[in-house]
This record gives sequence, C-alpha cells and structure tokens, in this order.
Amino acid sequence: MSKTLRTLRKSRINLFYVPALVLMLLFVAYPFAQAIHLSFTNWNGYSQTMHAVGFANYVSMLHDPNLRTAFINTLIYGFGSAFFQNVLGLLFALFLNSRFRGHSIVRTFIYLPVMISGLIMGYIIYYFVQYDGGIFNEILGWFGAAPVDFMAQRWRAVLIITAINIWQYAGISMVIYMAGLQSIPTTYYEAARIDGAGTLRCFWSITLPLITPAMATAVVMNLIGGLKLFDVIMALTGGGPGFATNSLSTYISNQYFNAQRAGYSAAVGIATFLLIVLVAGIFNHLFATRELEA
Amino acid sequence: MQHRRFNPRNIWKYVLSVVLVVIYCMPLYVMLNMAFKSMTDSSSRLSPPKELFWGNFAQLFQEGSIVRALINTLVITVFTVLIEVVLGCMAAYPLARHRSRFNKLINAVMMGVMMIPPLSILVGVYSTLVSLHATSTFWGMIIVSAAFGLPMPIYFFTKFITTIPRSLDEAAQIDGCNTLQVFFHVILPQMKPAIATIVILNGVGMWNEYGYALYILQKPSMYTLTLTISQYFSSGGANNLNGAAAAACIATLPMIIMYLFLQRYFIQGTVDSAVKG
Repeated sequence: MSKTLRTLRKSRINLFYVPALVLMLLFVAYPFAQAIHLSFTNWNGYSQTMHAVGFANYVSMLHDPNLRTAFINTLIYGFGSAFFQNVLGLLFALFLNSRFRGHSIVRTFIYLPVMISGLIMGYIIYYFVQYDGGIFNEILGWFGAAPVDFMAQRWRAVLIITAINIWQYAGISMVIYMAGLQSIPTTYYEAARIDGAGTLRCFWSITLPLITPAMATAVVMNLIGGLKLFDVIMALTGGGPGFATNSLSTYISNQYFNAQRAGYSAAVGIATFLLIVLVAGIFNHLFATRELEA
Repeated sequence: MQHRRFNPRNIWKYVLSVVLVVIYCMPLYVMLNMAFKSMTDSSSRLSPPKELFWGNFAQLFQEGSIVRALINTLVITVFTVLIEVVLGCMAAYPLARHRSRFNKLINAVMMGVMMIPPLSILVGVYSTLVSLHATSTFWGMIIVSAAFGLPMPIYFFTKFITTIPRSLDEAAQIDGCNTLQVFFHVILPQMKPAIATIVILNGVGMWNEYGYALYILQKPSMYTLTLTISQYFSSGGANNLNGAAAAACIATLPMIIMYLFLQRYFIQGTVDSAVKG
C-alpha cells in the first residue's frame, strides 16, 4: 500500500464530521457572512432592492441614543447578573456544603427555575409587578404605602429585570461552585486548622484559590448569558417604555422587524457579537493568568 | 455516610433554608394559585383558592391551541436533539481520535461557532431562510436550532471520547473491526452517559426556546409553547390572567416533573458540561 493511499484510508474517518460541518457552514457561517454583507447595505428586510452604503450603518450607530441606552442596559444585564449570580451562587454553595439535614431539598428548589423558560418566568413575575392587583403593590398596601408602577421607569425596570435574571439562574453558579468545593480535599482544611487558621483565613487562602477554575467557568457563562438577555425583557417590557429597557438583543429584533432597518440591525448584531467575544476573551484571559499564579 | 441528627446550633440554617425555599417557590406558587382560580375570583393572589377551579384548564383544552403547541414543541425538540446527538457523536469521533493539524483547525472553527450569539446574526439567518423558503416551516426551525446547538455536543463528546482508552479501539481493530464497527461497537456504547447529558441540557433549551421561534414560526398553527404562552399574556390575555397562568402551568410542568425525578442528572449534566477539560 502506498503512503498516500494509507493516509487517505486513515483520513476516511474524517468523513464523519462532514455532515455536522456542512450544517454549520450553511446555517451559521453563511448567515454570518450574509449578516456582515447586509450590515453594509440599507436593506429594509423585505424588498428586492438594496444599496451598498459603506460604513453608514456603523457611523449612525454612534449617533443613535436608543442604541446607547440598549448598550448601557446590556452591560448592566451582563455584568450585574454575572457579579451577583456568582456572589449568590458561591454563598449558596458554601451554605449547602455545610451539610445539614435537608440541604439537598434547598438545592433542588434553588436550581428549579433554571428549568423554566425565561419568557414564562417573565410573565409569572408580571403577577408581582403589575400595577393593579400585583403582589408587590398588595404588600405595599399592607403598610399603607402608595402603589408603585414598577416597570414604568427605566432604572427601576432595568434593575427588576436584572434581579429576575440573577434569581432565576443563580442555581447554575451554585451547582458549579458546589462541585468545585467538593473537589477540595478536606485534609487541606485540617492542616490549616492545626496551623491555627480561622474560618475566614481558610476561605481566603484555601477555598478561593482552589475554586478559581469553577469561578472562571461560572463568570464567563453568566456574562455571556446576561449579555444575550432577551426572553425576560420581551415578556416584561418588550424593551419599553419607549426604548428604555432594551438590550442589544431586543434592539436588534426591534430594528429588523418593527423599524424595518435590516441593514442597521445587522450592523448592531455584528457589534454585539464583537462585544461578547471581547468580554468573554478578556475574562478568559484574566482567569487563565490568575490560575497560573495560584 | 454518617447519620445526621438534629443539632440546635444549626437552627439558623433551617431558618435560612425555609426563607430560601419560600423565595424560590413563590413564583411557581402564584402561577399554580392563579391557574386554579376563576377569572371572577378577586381574592389576593397570595391566598390559596377556596376550592380547585378547573375551568381554566378545561377552556384551554377545548380551545386547543395549547395542545397543538405541546405537539409542535415536542416535535421540534425531539428532532433538533436527535440531529445534535447523531451528528455530534459522528463528528466527535474523528476529532478525538485523529488529531491532525487540519482537524484541530476544524475543531477551532466549531468552537468559534459556539461564541456566536444566535440573535446577533438574526438578519443573516432569517434572510437565508427566506431564500430557502424555510420560514414558517418546522424543518427550518429544526435545522437552524441544530446548527447553532451542535458545537456544544461536539465539544462535550470529543472531550468524553478522549477519556476512552485508545487501546480498546486497537484491540477491536486487531479482532478485525473496521473504523465503522469500532465506532458502533466500542465507542458508542460507552457514550450513553454523555448522550444523556446532552439530551437533557439541549432538550430543556429547545423546549424553552423563544428568540428564533418568534421569527421563524410565524403561522399560528406552528406556534411552540413559548409563542402560545406569549399570545395568552399579550393579546387580550391581560383580561384573562388566570387562563394565561393555566397555560403557563401546562408549558412548564413537563420540565418541572422531569427535573424532580431526574434532578441528579440535570445538575450533574450542568456541572460536567461547564467545567473545562
């Protein structure tokens, strides 16, 4: 058997990934290229004609106050969620890891909302934040306080949406941290105790450095999840009032299907993609260097 | 495992546990509560119904769109996950066993796809589907979802196959198996736990999918659960929040029940797929 024939026989195994590759090329890579192409046009989303407009869409992004709102909101949704999901997730994990009777029941319930669609969760929360008859206003009423229109104001609405996202998905960080904590040998703590270390000292010097890999995973996952936030916003405000609570994701779909600015929407999409890649890349790099030091 | 006894010093843990469980159950409690009250019941949303009112559910099933949505969602979820598992296993095998430079490049490309947030290239995907006449078709929805969902299973399966000792492949080859036979008789049987993880994670993901369904499936007869639910809550649903709650129950209960029975696998799957290998 000649050498080329042998390599050919050996690489026949590669045929196995061809279907997957073709599917991704056709329905991800090609649309991706298409989106880049459309971002340089003034296409409205349905007509047969379009004109190349160069960087006009990207330039007008700089002067779009609604986009600035969506961008700032997205950063809040992303970083706010990631920060609190990790703090809560770690606290929950430490709490449940202290092993008391029934700790697994608590874990079951904290993880439960992860099973529910963000959209439906948003609608359920509507029962709480609704102005007339909402549960929060009912509780305010018990104390004689005036009812509040929770979703009418930008910052309040953005904070409520972020809080729902944190609450719903803190369970993911929690189970990742629980796995991380369980992988730390208890002998480390025993040795530290003999050396006279207290609980806090043990946490800073043993737990925290050793769960850095778990933290890296959880932080990046939550960041990407928060920066892509779409479902909850659509359920609770649809991006409103006005454009006040849009994320980049909801703004993209708004510009494409409502404002019929498909070219502009494509440009915003490409920018969103770059933002997420940049943020994920920076954080992966930060954690990679930290792990080397630890 | 040692037997744990009730310890009075742990009392704060039980208090905190109860608080956490209440906070985490509240929305589901309210959903169930609303679903079992009649529209005319103006009692507090926090107080339980005096008697279980099944009218909301009866009306939903009579009207029928929730049943159709259940079937549509099931069809889309099953086929998407099936494609992801079959193509994912196939793709992972050469990527794990034949580590040429070219294959490393292919691997990098697939991981790059994982970074693309589906909605950011909505315009490109939608216009591609329009030119294929695939909007408002199940296959369009399935194939787009599968394409975006594939990198994760491929990554996960590749990692998994790498942990299967190569000597098993070689032993089978000596016994006269060809590559295909090695794959089906040696590799595939061992991949059951990895496949179960992907079925669970991607299955839940598809069941709850909204972003793409909203744009691809524009015919009401093709609506999935999330789309149908949003109909109940937005258009005129605001008048019948009790009916909407019943619809939300029907949409979420299958996942919740499955989770309660198989929670170990759900949680382990999340951890396994998240922790970097």
